[in-house]
This record gives sequence, C-alpha cells and structure tokens, in this order.
Amino acid sequence: MKIKKRRIALDDLDWKILYALQENARQTYSETGRLLNVAHSTIYERIKKMEKHGVIKKYTTVVDLEKIGIKYLTAVMTIITDPKESENVAEKLSEFDEVLEVYTSLSEELLIIAKVVAKDQGKLHSLIAQSVAPLPGVLRIRTSIITKKHKEGLWVGPNFNAPKEKGDKQIAVER
Amino acid sequence: MPTHKILRKVLREKAFYFFSSIGNYIGENAASLEEFVGKIREVNPKSLEFHLYRGDFEKWVDEVLGDAGLAEKIKELRNQKLIGENLQGQLYQTILKRYNELKTGFT
Repeated sequence: MKIKKRRIALDDLDWKILYALQENARQTYSETGRLLNVAHSTIYERIKKMEKHGVIKKYTTVVDLEKIGIKYLTAVMTIITDPKESENVAEKLSEFDEVLEVYTSLSEELLIIAKVVAKDQGKLHSLIAQSVAPLPGVLRIRTSIITKKHKEGLWVGPNFNAPKEKGDKQIAVER
Repeated sequence: MPTHKILRKVLREKAFYFFSSIGNYIGENAASLEEFVGKIREVNPKSLEFHLYRGDFEKWVDEVLGDAGLAEKIKELRNQKLIGENLQGQLYQTILKRYNELKTGFT
C-alpha cells in the first residue's frame, strides 16, 4: 500500500540510490549495493520505502524511435491565451497524443508551453492549425522546431541535493 | 454549392487561421467569406505569401466554403508568383469581387 500524503526525509544513501536507478532502473538490488558499497538487503529496504511513500512514482521505458526507423521532429509551442481559458487550453492540449509535456507560465502574459512531436513539418502545422489554434482562448502561438538536443533526462543528478553547509544532509520531500 | 452556403459562417474549428510560418499563429482568423475578405486586407502580406504558396487559401475556399470557382481564381494568382503588397492587393480584389457577386446574387 502506498503512503502518499506524508513527508519523508531522504538521506544521502537514498539520493544515491535514486540517482543510480535513474541511470538504470533495471539493475538488481545486488548491483546497486555493489555500486554503493552497501548490502543488497539495505538497498531493497530503501527502495521499498521510497516506493511505498510514492517518492519513486514509476519505472518506465525510454524508446529511441529513430532506432526503429521512425523519423520525427520535436517542437516547443508557446501559446498566449486568454487567462480565463488557459486551464481549459492546457487540459485540451494534454489530451493530444502528439503533445508530450504541457506547462503554464506567467510572464508578461499568460503562457502555455508545450513540447510536441510530429512526423514532419506538414503534420506539425496541421496539428497546430486544425487542433490547437481553434481552441477557445488561444490568442497567438509561437512554435520553435528543435534542431539539436544537447541534454535530456534525469532531474535528480548527484549534485541536486548537495549540502550547502556542513550538517545540512537531509531534505524533506513533499508528496 | 448554393450561394447562401458559401456565404455562411462556419464553426470555429473550420475557420481559417492565419499563420506567419510553420506553427506560428498570428491571432487572426476568419469564419466566413465576409470575414476572410476583411482579414486579407488587414494581415501582414508575409502571412498571405505563406498560405498562398502552400495552397492553403484555395483548399479552404474549396473544401470548407465550397466555392470551387473562387478556389481556381486564387490558384491562378499563385501561379503569377506575386509577393508583398502586390499580392495582398490582387488577392483582396479577387476575393472581394467574388464576395460582391455572391452577395448581389443572393440578396
């Protein structure tokens, strides 16, 4: 059973395990233990604890579509919306298979930023012209096609939770 | 297609949305031939170039409004390789003429 409401404190070892699992979630408890110089039973207990508390949300598979011959492009859409409709626009965008990520941002205007994939520029434009622009509340759209990916990936790196001062070793994670 | 159908207002998902380039929507749209004429005169000619040379205008006029004759006239303009304000003026006159013909015949 998962306990998602409570906060839990992670120590150095928990963070190291999280980082190791994000590099390779299929490694065994023994392999992780050897990597971190800790008994595999300890690794097992720590992982189970983090799963139970919802710190580890899921294990997933990252597919390289190019390896199976699927060519595609990635683009970032910045959508300026009527503030009254922005939640609806974000919800509708989230329903499209081609839209991978959706964020709301408040700068000078209310923006929705979405990462989208399409097989080619024609398909990308059709999606935006036929499905996104007509959504009520969409005022303007700016789209940037990504030409090179420099980094993608893990959000918890080894330095993410580096202590600022001596003794500051733990951080509580809100779930 | 009957005149009143060509002149009707279509649903917002069938409206014409003006872009300046791939994926860049400029915030202008037209849901009828009347609105379309007005927008042709208002929007930046770069947007008109983008749509004309992709064949978007003739496709929308034919498939959504159902006016194959006007679609053909727009296609002829495309073949003239017009750009900028020259394109804007010619396109506007072509569509306005057709709109006035339909409107006169209908009323």
